[in-house]
Amino acid sequence: MNKHVNNVVPEATDLSRRSFLVGTAATGLVLGYSGVPGISDALAAPSNFEPSVWYAISPDGLVTVTCGKADMGQHIASTMAQIVCEELGAKWSDMRVSLASNDPKFNDPVLGAQITGGSWSTMMNFDAMSRAGAAGRMALTEAAAAAMGVPASELVVRDSMIVHPKSKKQMSFADVVKSGKATKTFTPDELKAIKLKTPDQYTMIGVSVPQLDIPSKTNGTAKYGIDVMLPGMVYGAVVTPPVRFGATVTSVDDSGAKKVPGFIKAVTLDDKTGTTSGWVVAVAGTYANAKKAAQALKIAYDNGPNAKLSSQSLLDEAKRLQMLEDSGQFFVKDGDPNAALGSAAKVVEAEYTTSINIHAPLEPMNATAEFKGDILHIYSGNQFATRSGAIAAGAAGIDPKFVVMHQMWLGGGFGRRLDADMMIPAVQAAKAVGKPVKVIYSRENDMTMDFSRPLTYQKVKAGVDGDGKLIAISHDVVSAWPTARWGIPDFLTPSVDKKGPLDSFTVNGADFFYTVPNHYVRAIKNELAHNATPSGQLRSVAPGWTFWAVESMIDEIAAATGKDPAQFRISLLDGAGKNDGGAQRLRNTLLAAMGLSGYGTKQLPKDEGMGVACVSSQERATASWTACVAHVAVAPSGEVTVKKLTVATDVGTQVHPDNIRAQVEGAALWGLSLAMYEKATLKDGGIEQTNFDSYTPLRMSQTPEVAVAVIANGEKATGVGEPAVTVVAPAIGNAIFNASGARVRALPITAEAVKASMKA
Amino acid sequence: MPTLTINGRSLSVDAANDTPLLWAIREQLQMTGTKFGCGAGLCGACTVHVNGEAVRSCQTMVGDVAGKKITTIEGLSAKGDHPLQKAWIAEQVPQCGYCQSGQIMQAASLLSKNPNPTKEEVVAHMDGNLCRCMTYSRIQKAIMRAASEMRTASTATERRPT
Repeated sequence: MNKHVNNVVPEATDLSRRSFLVGTAATGLVLGYSGVPGISDALAAPSNFEPSVWYAISPDGLVTVTCGKADMGQHIASTMAQIVCEELGAKWSDMRVSLASNDPKFNDPVLGAQITGGSWSTMMNFDAMSRAGAAGRMALTEAAAAAMGVPASELVVRDSMIVHPKSKKQMSFADVVKSGKATKTFTPDELKAIKLKTPDQYTMIGVSVPQLDIPSKTNGTAKYGIDVMLPGMVYGAVVTPPVRFGATVTSVDDSGAKKVPGFIKAVTLDDKTGTTSGWVVAVAGTYANAKKAAQALKIAYDNGPNAKLSSQSLLDEAKRLQMLEDSGQFFVKDGDPNAALGSAAKVVEAEYTTSINIHAPLEPMNATAEFKGDILHIYSGNQFATRSGAIAAGAAGIDPKFVVMHQMWLGGGFGRRLDADMMIPAVQAAKAVGKPVKVIYSRENDMTMDFSRPLTYQKVKAGVDGDGKLIAISHDVVSAWPTARWGIPDFLTPSVDKKGPLDSFTVNGADFFYTVPNHYVRAIKNELAHNATPSGQLRSVAPGWTFWAVESMIDEIAAATGKDPAQFRISLLDGAGKNDGGAQRLRNTLLAAMGLSGYGTKQLPKDEGMGVACVSSQERATASWTACVAHVAVAPSGEVTVKKLTVATDVGTQVHPDNIRAQVEGAALWGLSLAMYEKATLKDGGIEQTNFDSYTPLRMSQTPEVAVAVIANGEKATGVGEPAVTVVAPAIGNAIFNASGARVRALPITAEAVKASMKA
Repeated sequence: MPTLTINGRSLSVDAANDTPLLWAIREQLQMTGTKFGCGAGLCGACTVHVNGEAVRSCQTMVGDVAGKKITTIEGLSAKGDHPLQKAWIAEQVPQCGYCQSGQIMQAASLLSKNPNPTKEEVVAHMDGNLCRCMTYSRIQKAIMRAASEMRTASTATERRPT
């Protein structure tokens, strides 16, 4: 029996026995999922739809919302509190947040697991949090009505007060909770039947309330995984092999390490989950000594099958696979693109590539593991507690129901913390030394062992008829398959040609909203890259590369047919057939970005230009409609200066306008960073970049003005953390073409590539 | 056992002289507001003040700061209400927040010497501090807001006698 329900109560808020839990009593639940293999069962576990788990009100009237999503700076915990607060009728200054454990009762109500990504959280939790808040208000109101002896229908709830205007009687939430009379429970059907507020009744949604986590992030008190301190804890420093994956340790000589004060043990990982290969942990009393010991270890490796591979060999393999007619599986197949291309008056074709990219969140990967009784406790900021807990169990050789994941604030996620590799050294070191162990990656470990954005190769062909009308696009996408690596069938997508499931997180976005009658998208797995550079989900995932290709190609077609690239897009976004609705919204955001940037209204200096792009990231079903106009200057040397980015996005409903702007701006600058400054390379099977001197994300001096226009058309709230990442690179590439005539097709964009294309 | 003068207190740490100050602060003194980011002086997450100067504590050894005055984010103000901390909240700067202790300490060393920096001076002073969430424009705005508040406060103080 897992008792980790005890761990969800925030220590800072001492909830007494009289604390009021809306709905049913929280009792310990057995984690209904099994370990590795068979992890898919984790996702089949019934998700708990009772709102009771999401918050508690203490006798002092404080409302503590438990956030089941990982908060990596998107302020999702605060957003969940805001949605609850709206329907509950609480005062914002009474709201608090705590972070959930991996108990399945905190699973996402739509996804049925604890996973944070895809810009999904607000859209998928809005309804459940609203209903939880409303149920609480109803329960409190009913109890207050009984206490006051007035009809509940005559009560008004606002700012944590329940008021009877006629008699001027009132009770605070605290009064009602103290009375112990609020005990109403709701069945799922009763919850579903609750009539929620309409947007015109909102007093919290749409207001930029102060984010609840921000003060703790200005005074050093916010606790991240790396800050966990346990009694008797020792430290682990990781030694990773020269190759990214596939190495095995053949011998470890710890004679040098033994001279380091406080050295305890060198632990060679035995990772049956297949997450790591060839890792050793040096354990010592302090991290500084663990590092010294790690450096003193003499380890011999068999570098395995990937030791000769390079970025070039992965790219060569991608090109070979793309040439094969029977490679891959179809994600989209409309009409007959090959026939249409055969009969087209003009065919435009191009290859687009993106490099390996590293997440590099500023908090290096870390985890703290402690075996306590039957329970393995893990402390780490993680985006996928459901799977990562199972991986930790796999590393420990125990049943996942005995693993408690203690969520922490994440010092950056960006998809990196969907993975669970950091659990393995922590768990196996803790087991080996019989003490709690905190493992901290060096920046070098973190960079060279990243589950990186994969190297991608895309071949796109477009056919135009005699009237200049776009009639066909064929689009092949070759990459490692990051999501297939998880081994969870539910995250894969059936192929339209019934050749088995494909990883749609490599092709999302390629199923765009332009009307193109003959269109195919083929997803091709680069097995060589998949094995040599185990890839992950990097902020925006597939649309980060598919729109690089699509939106560059749309510009190339416009240029080849003598059309304005923005007007050409508008004509393709006609909303015909399956594109109805989305195409119009996307067209509208494009027009907004054009309008805000002054596209087509100013005479720009020579060597300057504007470029447009518009995207339906993240997925067709979960799109936020986003457009960008990039304004660049291109020097004769090929040096590109991004002068301004103008981004417009339609998010349906704004929960927190200021946060949306912060997320969109951050995402756009990520797009810029990936487009211009970030490149990782593979050599001899290893990632060459080891720290921020060779892998160089955007700095303040490189940051241009970013203008953001947010459109809220009243539809359901969509995501904002990722879409703007995807629109920037193609807008910049298209602006470079507009400014200089140079067409770049490889990310990141280099001055050399621009200059070479100018000459051609 | 070296003794460190940190945030106005004298504390002895169980660490060799060649231990990076960062780890002595975090582990021995359990002040975890100062963050580890790169271990190479490339990101600024570990920035603290030594005798008022912003330094990278991952590159500063315990033995080199004996007798010097060390200030961490925990000691920047008594109640977390340094003008920069207030400005960071007013501008809602942090996203993940991991770099922000270092950003604030770096900015504080600028404003203590230059109460009226230009945007260019801010950028030049702050460029060594990475923010992976890319909150750079809000950091700039918050520094300008804090500088303005500090100037107003000092003007008010100067006027008081008259």
